[in-house]
Amino acid sequence: MPKVAKPIAGTPLFMEADWSYDAVRRAYDAIEEIALGELGLDVYPNQIEVITAEQMLDAYASIGMPLMYNHWSFGKQFAYNELLYRKGARGLAYEIVINSNPCISYIMEDNSMAMQTLVIAHAAFGHNHFFKNNNLFRQWTDADAILDYMQFAKSYIAKCEERHGTRAVERLLDAAHALMDHGVNRYQRKRRVSPKSAKKRASDRLRHEEETYDDVWQRTMPGDPRQAPDAEVDPENPPLHDALPLPEENILYFLEKMAPKLAPWQREVLRIVRQMAQYFYPQKQTKVMNEGCATYVHYRIMHRLHEKGLLSDGGLMEFLHSHTSVIFQPDFDDKRYSGINPYALGFAMMTDIQRICERPTEEDCEWFPEIAGNDDAMGTLRAAWANYRDESFVLQFLSPNVIRQMRLFKLSGGQDDPDYLVDAIHNERGYHKIRKTVARRYDVALQDPNIQVVEADLEGDRTLTLRHEVVDGNLLEKNDAGAVLQHVADLWGYPVSLVEFDGASDRVLCEHGPAEPRG
Amino acid sequence: MQIIDRRRNSQGKSLANRQRFLRRAKRQVTEAVRQASAERRIRDVADGEQIVIPTDGLNEPRFRHDPDSGRQDGVVPGNKQFQEGDRIPRPSKGGGQGAGREGSPDGEGTDAFGFVLSREEFLDIFLEDLELPDLMKKSVGRSEQTTSERAGFAVTGAPTNINLVRTMRNSLSRRIALRRPSNDEVAALRQELAELEVSRPDSEDLDELRARLVRLERRTREIPYLDPMDIRFNRYEAVPKPITQAVMFCLMDVSGSMSEAMKDLAKRFFMLLYLFVQRRYRHVEIVFIRHTHRAEEVDEDTFFHSRETGGTVVSTALIEMRRVIAERYPVAEWNIYAAQASDGDNLTADGAEVAAVLARDILPITQYFAYVEVSGGVGELLRTDSNLWRTYIPFTESHRNFASRRVGDRSDIYPVFRDLFTPEKQSA
Repeated sequence: MPKVAKPIAGTPLFMEADWSYDAVRRAYDAIEEIALGELGLDVYPNQIEVITAEQMLDAYASIGMPLMYNHWSFGKQFAYNELLYRKGARGLAYEIVINSNPCISYIMEDNSMAMQTLVIAHAAFGHNHFFKNNNLFRQWTDADAILDYMQFAKSYIAKCEERHGTRAVERLLDAAHALMDHGVNRYQRKRRVSPKSAKKRASDRLRHEEETYDDVWQRTMPGDPRQAPDAEVDPENPPLHDALPLPEENILYFLEKMAPKLAPWQREVLRIVRQMAQYFYPQKQTKVMNEGCATYVHYRIMHRLHEKGLLSDGGLMEFLHSHTSVIFQPDFDDKRYSGINPYALGFAMMTDIQRICERPTEEDCEWFPEIAGNDDAMGTLRAAWANYRDESFVLQFLSPNVIRQMRLFKLSGGQDDPDYLVDAIHNERGYHKIRKTVARRYDVALQDPNIQVVEADLEGDRTLTLRHEVVDGNLLEKNDAGAVLQHVADLWGYPVSLVEFDGASDRVLCEHGPAEPRG
Repeated sequence: MQIIDRRRNSQGKSLANRQRFLRRAKRQVTEAVRQASAERRIRDVADGEQIVIPTDGLNEPRFRHDPDSGRQDGVVPGNKQFQEGDRIPRPSKGGGQGAGREGSPDGEGTDAFGFVLSREEFLDIFLEDLELPDLMKKSVGRSEQTTSERAGFAVTGAPTNINLVRTMRNSLSRRIALRRPSNDEVAALRQELAELEVSRPDSEDLDELRARLVRLERRTREIPYLDPMDIRFNRYEAVPKPITQAVMFCLMDVSGSMSEAMKDLAKRFFMLLYLFVQRRYRHVEIVFIRHTHRAEEVDEDTFFHSRETGGTVVSTALIEMRRVIAERYPVAEWNIYAAQASDGDNLTADGAEVAAVLARDILPITQYFAYVEVSGGVGELLRTDSNLWRTYIPFTESHRNFASRRVGDRSDIYPVFRDLFTPEKQSA
């Protein structure tokens, strides 16, 4: 790569509106200096790719991955986005960034130079740092391997289509996609005892009992019900039921391993979808933090560039214009309101953390004694970015100041109440309640219904039973539940039913199915 | 850091996915296309357009919470006046989702799904059960006429055909090449000379300037501004060409006996004829004539949608057609096509009149006259020949530009159409 002369401090990196490779490179170097040197970020090597609007739509359609197998649902996404884009109803994102090593950022050719600078700061350093350092990403995703894996997945599925027909693959993918939310491991698995070693353990125990058999002891002690002859376990053939690792909340995993009728290629396809779900799982849990981190980083960097005279006043104005529209939070009664904007919340919280570290008030000292006034905003933020996810981050760091700024208030209501009750507002009594409720909203464990495989009647008609643990009376949407259940039945190959239990009272609230597999 | 330009990578990465999506949505898309073409004007039938399809079957189900069930807690921003303990009425379902409502997390509630089909995709689907062949290969009696068409430039020609742009371009390049002084140049020199004569009449420069002026003026005279060799004329060639305009008459019986299904069949037939005619002529006009016991020219909406009551006298429509032709479509300038759709009813006494008008006035001047007799179902095909059918039968023998067929069902339309417009069949 040709070395580009370092810009002299005080002269803007660029004045022209259009971007050029040279200008992008100059901007990148200047940003890198600030990001690594002053903010102490730690990033994967960057790869920046210039693409057209059309390609951006393509990338949208394939959930942001540069490589993706073919499926009609991506075509649907594409048609949908394209329509909105053509109508002008929706602009395109300025960038897409991929959690890979090297970290790939797509930038659009239509962006102005100021926008490209912003995008590099935002994606190539903000998101990149988060991907590399956040605990969830480190634990669950493999940035080094994802692109190779997607390459494999694409060609594997293409091969399957050739061999088994597009229809068959499509039906399988439909079913797998429907279960994607239930195809992730939420916790590291404990190592399971293999059936072989379980058998060995059982026979070892038996042998031990035989060797230490004490007739007197047996006759004098009251009988242990577990030793009743009818419950005796045949060590050679433990009941099939025990061979299944139940309950299991990763439904896709369970089907991949246990569904009796699936062909090996079908299991592999389920595995591919499961791997993808797992790869995207951390993103789902860190929307606020990830976007907040990227937004906070670009905000710091762009201002620093301006301070150093590397960004012209015009460039700063252009940046501020798009920055403010990104973090715009419409009020609840605004036509444009569609939930809390993760950019807005993340950015507000992170700027507030900086304020607490540098200029704490009395309230801050009371709420955040560990960090108030420690004068190490970047260190505090880096630690937060590394160790939290949205739920815990909000629970830990949503300050009364931000609650007041955004004028957050809590509403609640049962399903039959005619009104919502204003439960808490931004005052002393409300802060904790509001903070807890916001945190709960970001808790994926509560967002996704908690559904587990609990029973597979292997010795009977092989009916599979799923159980939905209902929280706060939130039942499943009926039509969708029926449709997904049908997919599960198709994969399992035998009837499947779903029962919704009330978590608190263990009462059955609703039953679905059983769905019979389609031929 | 690396910058990679991906703009040259293939663009249509999603094409495979789009095709899969269209195949998947086939039933809905076909239905939507049918509906769109029924609502559409004949003229616009083939324009690709946004169609909206219902999402059933395209839905991607997930296990998700029913937003209307259970207890809902949510935090929303922008509190302006509420105090703890206030109550806000729950927004009505389906209405404003703004106030208070948590809003489904990222649910893009798409009940119906709209997207744009390209013209080809639309036609493919529209003509799908009609097995569209390459219409261009079919020929309907070629019309002999020549028009002159621009064909480059010539050095000779009539003064009216001088191509000014080309001529002046030649002139300019010749003047530049021969270094003809421009008028400004001469004027500037004159001015300079005049000023000098006033300010310093004895200057030595004067003579030199005068000499230069003389040289310039001589050059100007010798090199003409416009030379005969610069002149170019537009060249025209007489090209034998079909008349580029055609008029298509749609005649339809709208008396009570024509059901909606019959009209739909007729409309499809008209659409096909339009597509067909349109591929051969640059400009196609459509005239709609409906008739009961009297006929009138109407617009398309009225033609297909309004009902008239009355008897059925077919000759009135033919006479109306004759009138419109005489008034607006000189036979020398227009290719005339006619398509008539009827259930076959006609006043018995009218048969002779129909035959007379058709033989004397209509058939000699029309390119092609197609009659389709529509009936409600297969059963009706078995009944005896209708009045009109009996009247028309002799013409199919005697006139090569007249054809009649019966249509009972949607899927019949295209075979019948092909039948009508295949040249071998005509001569047979």
